[in-house]
Amino acid sequence: MTLVTVLLVAAVLVGIGVWGALAQQTFVMIMMGIELMVNGAILAGAGLWAFAGGGVPEGQVLVIVAMAVMAVEMAIGFALVVAVYRARQADMTEGISSLKG
Amino acid sequence: MTAAFAVFSAAAIWTGWRVFRTDSMVRASFLLLASFLNVGAILVLLLAEYLGTALLFMMTVEMVVMALFMVMFMMNPAGLNPMTMVHQPRVALAAGALTTAGLGAVAVAGDFPDAPVDPAAATIRALGVELLGGSMLVFETAGVTLLATMVCAVILSSARGRYGDDDEGSVAPPLEPGGDHRPEDDLVADGGGGHGHMHHGGH
Repeated sequence: MTLVTVLLVAAVLVGIGVWGALAQQTFVMIMMGIELMVNGAILAGAGLWAFAGGGVPEGQVLVIVAMAVMAVEMAIGFALVVAVYRARQADMTEGISSLKG
Repeated sequence: MTAAFAVFSAAAIWTGWRVFRTDSMVRASFLLLASFLNVGAILVLLLAEYLGTALLFMMTVEMVVMALFMVMFMMNPAGLNPMTMVHQPRVALAAGALTTAGLGAVAVAGDFPDAPVDPAAATIRALGVELLGGSMLVFETAGVTLLATMVCAVILSSARGRYGDDDEGSVAPPLEPGGDHRPEDDLVADGGGGHGHMHHGGH
């Protein structure tokens, strides 16, 4: 369990998140992709704290900030999904195409 | 411990991939939860016990809430219809592979300092002292941000629009009393162009 292996696992998680967020059509699945990306970021942050940070508490504060960001993003994201559905009856990305070029 | 790390990381990656491949809504949420639980376990192995446990608790609640939203928004009863609806699949795959390759290259080729955490150090106590000491501003800002998020989420999802209830059309009042309402301020779907309710294939 070295720093490189932890960071590689985090990189794979972020890559899967990017793939999911770009490929999925429904808003909820896109949000799941974003959650996976933040998951990878949290793992990378904690790994760097454990192996290269010397256990300084500021590193843990950064990971806590990332977790708070995830909670905020999920709450606002789902509120926006509800608002978009009310306004445009759209539950997929193809449903809101008024700005499409 | 390396074996435990290998098991947890493999499980985290596999469940993360299965999230987008499964046909059932609730199963997708719980697979994402499994991915988070495995990452939380890895965090505990990395001696960040508070972070790992906080992640376990937070993600359990968040993913159950997400399961609720999936049931609300995705018309796929009991997983009877295939749920894989993708657009730009090759672009997405390329972007994901590129991201993994780029971050992996940084991980392998990066020159990181070697300062492992001391297993005997009281890291949780140090975190507590730091959160209420030097990082108090971060702590308080996070609290206010969460409060603002709660207020915003309620406002964004409320049925009452600027000019009235959503069900009654929520249109702007006319500029002169007794005149026509202002059509450019309509908040309900814009005439014919905006109704894009997509019916999923197979219904």
